[in-house]
Amino acid sequence: MSDMILKGKVHKYGSNVNTDEIIPARYLNTTDPDTLAKYCMEDIDKDFVKRVKKGDIIVAENNFGCGSSREHAPIAIKAAGVSAVIANSFARIFFRNSINIGLPILESPEAVKAIKNGDTVEINLNKGIIKNLTKKEEYKSQPFPEFMQKIIKAGGLLGYIKDN
Amino acid sequence: MGSTITEKILAAHCGKKVVEAGEFIEPKVDIALSNDVTGPLAIKEFRKSGVKKVFDKNKIALVMDHFTPNKDILSAEHVKFVREFAKEQKIKHYYEGGNVGVEHALLPEKGIVVPGDVIIGADSHTCTYGALGAFSTGVGSTDVAAAMATGKVWFKVPQSIKFVLTGKLNKWVSGKDIILYIIGLIGVDGALYQAMEFTGPLCKKLTMADRFTIANMAIEAGGKSGIFTPDEITEKYIAKRAQRKYKFYTSDKDAKYHKTLEIDCSKIYPQVSLPFLPSNTKAAKDVKKTYIDQVVIGSCTNGRIEDLRVAAAIIKKGKKVNPNVRTLIIPATPDVFSQALAEGLMKIFMDAGCIISAPTCGPCLGGHMGILAAGERCVATTNRNFTGRMGHTKSEVILSNPAVAAASAIKGYIATPDEI
Repeated sequence: MSDMILKGKVHKYGSNVNTDEIIPARYLNTTDPDTLAKYCMEDIDKDFVKRVKKGDIIVAENNFGCGSSREHAPIAIKAAGVSAVIANSFARIFFRNSINIGLPILESPEAVKAIKNGDTVEINLNKGIIKNLTKKEEYKSQPFPEFMQKIIKAGGLLGYIKDN
Repeated sequence: MGSTITEKILAAHCGKKVVEAGEFIEPKVDIALSNDVTGPLAIKEFRKSGVKKVFDKNKIALVMDHFTPNKDILSAEHVKFVREFAKEQKIKHYYEGGNVGVEHALLPEKGIVVPGDVIIGADSHTCTYGALGAFSTGVGSTDVAAAMATGKVWFKVPQSIKFVLTGKLNKWVSGKDIILYIIGLIGVDGALYQAMEFTGPLCKKLTMADRFTIANMAIEAGGKSGIFTPDEITEKYIAKRAQRKYKFYTSDKDAKYHKTLEIDCSKIYPQVSLPFLPSNTKAAKDVKKTYIDQVVIGSCTNGRIEDLRVAAAIIKKGKKVNPNVRTLIIPATPDVFSQALAEGLMKIFMDAGCIISAPTCGPCLGGHMGILAAGERCVATTNRNFTGRMGHTKSEVILSNPAVAAASAIKGYIATPDEI
């Protein structure tokens, strides 16, 4: 498997960013990724969708994605163009959902501590290496397991089940 | 070495003698649940698998409770989409219209979930059924889709934290106060990825309603599940309801725990969680005078008949709710509604100036039926008080038990039942 490399500008947040903030319930009357993307992060960062560019990376502190089980949250993040989320820790349902829909997520307290809002970061998922191109630093995370990379390439868990 | 109740239930569902915390397993599920918000996504994903039929039409529950009665055209389309799938697949446990109740109150009431089960639900409060002595946890829509196709789900066996509940409860203290107090103590990620096992001498005195409320909010501490050891109280509740055979499991004395916390519940007074995290707790009596615009009594956390009885008794004593407070009463299920009517509770609520709603999740997640404007504040018996949870991002939700909510509805500010 060739290395999966992700690169983008960082949008940084604090602890306990919850799924109500990521995608408010008033938009849960749709499942369309592009519609959900329009409102991504609306209740915590109103201008996020105006600033975000394809490939950008969200960095947050503890317990990212806590609260409701809505899969609409990682779907909105992915459809908004975000290529990965790095945090100290993730809420467990958000963690599952992200893997299942094919949104790469990484735990790295070292990276979270050092990375500033607006830094440009490059992630090697296979090696679990996070490069801060702005600061010319390098941080470690766990290598992204191969089966999770396959899920991402298959467009999600069900695609993966079908392929296997 | 012994096993916890959680490890025993999980082992039994993957054909193993024992499982250990940290192990990856693929247990069979007894019930896979989703609702009108998460169901449409699950069905779309299910179609992608290429599987034509669900693994077992009797083991899937589809409960149309979040935005129902349908709040707008898109929501109506969602429900229609799920209804057509339920018909096509001959799903036994499909609930809509006059049959529907808030899923986590409805499923135990109907005996669809039973002790010893492994239950997954595309709703974070699926952990509620741990009150029955089942392993029950919230997952995403894709997980439910995979379970609908294969009958299985992947899990990492969680470590358990043992909460030993002791002491005698103070007046007006209920399951809600115990769980809010615990969340305040350990934080919103204090039990991340872990099973919260509630034991101790006080448990024998907790009603099923209290246990459901406590297990329901395990997720608010980040927990994978909350679980009680089933006993004679469980037996009395489930014997007349169970649609299937059930089994009681108990933890071994030498089971391994990540940690053990003793909670002296005699120190707990009615709690509130102030904005904007459930862990931001305080005794209601210590909160400075805070005026409110709305009260919501309902939800999967506190919409049961026991909750309405407590609220009605206080509201009856206070006669009228404060004219500045919109007081919404939302019985969690049709059976709760009927029972409340039969006991005269609805008359008390109506005479006092409350608004009575059909069973729905409604305002709890800011769906409909009681949305807040900027600057408005609501005392709610629900489970989350995040930014914008019930409406505008500049509105506020304060969590409490039904007694504090009822007292606050009368006074017009955050009040304790002793003030009535």
